[in-house]
Amino acid sequence: MKEVELKMLERAKALLESGEVARVIGWKKGEFFYDPSPASFETVEELDGFVYNWFCGANLSKYLIEMSKKEGKTAVFLKPCDTYSFNQLVKEHRIKRENVYVIAVECLGKLDIEKIKAKGISLIENVEVVDKEVKVTSAYGVDTLAKPEVVLSKCAACTKTHQVKDEEIILHETPARDVDRFEEVKKLEAMTEEERFAFWREQLSKCIRCNACRNVCPACSCVKCVFDNPNSGIAAKANDDKFEEQLFHIIRAFHVAGRCTDCGECSRVCPQNIPLHLLNRKFIKDIDNLYGEYQAGETDEGKTPLTSYTEGDTEPNDVFNGEAK
Amino acid sequence: MLKIAKERLNELYAKIDETMGLFLPIKRAGEVNFAVWGAGKEVSLETLKTVKSPKNAFFPQTENMMKFKTEGKNIEVIDIREKLSEKIEERPFVMFGVKACDYKAIEVLDKVFLADPVDTYYQMRRNAATIVTLACSKPEESCFCKAFGIDATAAYGDVTTWLDNDNLYWQANTEKGEALTALVQELFEEGGAEEVAAQQEATKTIIDKLPFSNLDLSRFQPENLNELFDDKAWEEMSEACLGCGTCTFVCPTCQCFDIRDFKTNEGVVRYRCWDSCMYSDFTLMAHGNSRTTQMQRFRQRFMHKLVYYPSQNDGLYSCVGCGRCVNKCPQHLNIVKVIKTLGGKNND
Amino acid sequence: MINETLIPKVGVVTDIRKDTPDVKTFRVVGTDGKKLFQHMPGQCAMVSIPGVGECMFSITSSPTNEEYMEFSIKKCGCVTEVIHALEVGAQVTVRGPYGKNFPVEGDFKGKDLLFIAGGIGLAPLRSVINYVRHYRENYGKVVIVYGARSKDDLVDIDEIQNEWVNEPNTEVYLTIDRPQEGWDGHVGFVPAYVKELGLDPNMTAVLCGPPIMIKFTLAGLLELGFDKSRIYTTLELRMKCGVGKCGRCNVGDKFVCKDGPVFRMTELDELPDEY
Repeated sequence: MKEVELKMLERAKALLESGEVARVIGWKKGEFFYDPSPASFETVEELDGFVYNWFCGANLSKYLIEMSKKEGKTAVFLKPCDTYSFNQLVKEHRIKRENVYVIAVECLGKLDIEKIKAKGISLIENVEVVDKEVKVTSAYGVDTLAKPEVVLSKCAACTKTHQVKDEEIILHETPARDVDRFEEVKKLEAMTEEERFAFWREQLSKCIRCNACRNVCPACSCVKCVFDNPNSGIAAKANDDKFEEQLFHIIRAFHVAGRCTDCGECSRVCPQNIPLHLLNRKFIKDIDNLYGEYQAGETDEGKTPLTSYTEGDTEPNDVFNGEAK
Repeated sequence: MLKIAKERLNELYAKIDETMGLFLPIKRAGEVNFAVWGAGKEVSLETLKTVKSPKNAFFPQTENMMKFKTEGKNIEVIDIREKLSEKIEERPFVMFGVKACDYKAIEVLDKVFLADPVDTYYQMRRNAATIVTLACSKPEESCFCKAFGIDATAAYGDVTTWLDNDNLYWQANTEKGEALTALVQELFEEGGAEEVAAQQEATKTIIDKLPFSNLDLSRFQPENLNELFDDKAWEEMSEACLGCGTCTFVCPTCQCFDIRDFKTNEGVVRYRCWDSCMYSDFTLMAHGNSRTTQMQRFRQRFMHKLVYYPSQNDGLYSCVGCGRCVNKCPQHLNIVKVIKTLGGKNND
Repeated sequence: MINETLIPKVGVVTDIRKDTPDVKTFRVVGTDGKKLFQHMPGQCAMVSIPGVGECMFSITSSPTNEEYMEFSIKKCGCVTEVIHALEVGAQVTVRGPYGKNFPVEGDFKGKDLLFIAGGIGLAPLRSVINYVRHYRENYGKVVIVYGARSKDDLVDIDEIQNEWVNEPNTEVYLTIDRPQEGWDGHVGFVPAYVKELGLDPNMTAVLCGPPIMIKFTLAGLLELGFDKSRIYTTLELRMKCGVGKCGRCNVGDKFVCKDGPVFRMTELDELPDEY
């Protein structure tokens, strides 16, 4: 990871020094080693705070909506999963592609500090990753954890590879993958209707309507969300269990269906750790089944299954009646 | 000092539950929040920080305030408070396991809601509550109550409890606390003063070493209001802000609310709900908005906590160092970073 | 049960006057036919249509009116649109009064007073002006400068032309932004007119109008030698509770609903520029 960070820093410096870009978007150091924030760097001096480590889970692509409108080019570091969001935003004309310089960077899965702390470890001083083990040094000693247990939920079943081919890629290692990203969805599908309803009710009832999932979501790029618009008739700020369970998250999942790249930011940011990405992933699986394999964000052009029509398309009724192919 | 063996805590809960409502940190779908205790509920006193703070019990995230019946041109205002107060008074409640920071946060809320004119909705719940605090023994690196002069091991609230591997220790501090103690006394035995003192000392040693325990707040003074407001650093500090309400909703002292109407078949319900100054429509009017950028909204939140509120309340900060925002901000922006950037010279 | 300030009273609209194409003045009394509550000039009230919303409005009638209250309301959003569609006899809810009033019983007493208003900005001033007229002997000379986009946009023009101009020791200057048929008065913006008039800088001034008008008029007054500590204005920000608790109408450490809406310019100077 350190090698990658150094290479990134070198590239950021070169791009800024040469004037090729006006700013670089990356991550900057936080108070601890595990809480970096997205940041833009406009000078080489500012790069002092630059960091790329096991905790840089944030997807930087959505920031480009505003950044790419600014004067001068913006360089951005994108992890494999972030490149899909980037492509999708370009496709939806949200990002001015010509104003962006993409540097794709290696990712071997990012860690979730909350999951580490949930193991009962606190006063954490250092985290070291060796293959599939995570060594956590704290005031209470060293704990060794299995990496799959403490990665972000979005990284747990990652099958993504870099999709932006125009610019450059910084890689050191390529992750080995043998995962089925629909495994958890299949578990939900295997439940009875009542069990599944109970599962989601229990999960969604925790929602505090903070809108973090919506605001972080690269597919939620509406200038004014329908839930914030007093004229929409469904604007709602109140945290009412019924609303959260039945409306907000479901409507949102429908709205991003076919455009959601499965970047998993919704689950990463949820303060109540609701596995929101599973709703989206279920839609992705269904779209695959009904309209053929499709991965949003694989390219930045072309039609999508839900916005193009063919005569052989599955009709909503077929789905409702269980007669879908 | 009284004590009860840890394995008998369920008896204690049941005893309280016989006559009073009982809120405890309870685990549901993996997360711990204050909720009503009952059979089969998984109590987690060990959890250092519930996701939501206990403010919910006094200032619910959503609460109905009144109803209106409209018929033709006529309007009838229905004050629902009598029914509400009957319901609350019928079953006063115990908030059990409130941490020192969260207790002090309730005092911050009191200064808003109990100031003239008193908010009667808040007052009803506040009066009906007996607060049993639980001293901290395992603070973590995101805690910084000490920076606000709070002692996480001290006796706050109506009753204070301390928990170790074997026992829960109990001490009443107020009349309300004595009344609750009388109710459950039979389950307790005398003892624990030494254990508590030892734990307090050990915990304080940890607290002293926490990275944020000595944050320098000296620059956050009303006389520096404009200088702080105009500081260039807000732009950079707020850059990554998503404009979500996570920090405000997990914060124990955030108290901004919205008032809205909801049409039902039986008439109109006017309710209030938590609002967030981080939201773009917070200050939106039909003919303009006084805060149009996320930087302005971000600045408002921290200026309110560190300068505006203290200016209105004899220097009391509207932050208690619970560290929830440190843990929960999706992009890791938080009040500690603001304090370190603007607070004073002694922040490294 | 003690009074809860957030619970409103029911008011009945007994008269509606169309002042301008987008401003109507609503006369409101309680269901018992009496005035809903007492107030002082400059104070506000929350008027609401249940199911639609609640908005803060300046009480435009004078406190000396013992029979009713009036609100001059400009149509500019969801709530005001519904209010504008009301007919006489309709009920609304009202709660208040909120905020600090103009110091009519304090600093204004015995002083020469200058009132400068633009457009709907006359609404909060009408209450003070009529209060001053009622207790005329308590105050010195009164000068009123009022401007609007056109003659049709001048609020309460009947009262101004039939009553105010006839008051002793009172001068009224009206202006509209652009020349218009049927208007033989002054044409031009308020700030320029104020400078043209060469007003006595020892007067106590009260400004109310759109932010841009306030900004330029204030600059003009300062040029004329007015002292900021004797210039007052009112602010309007998003308000919900009216009692300094909901947390949205603050400018720095002041809540407009509680510490305002009336501010001295010297007070505003101490606050951050966020209004």
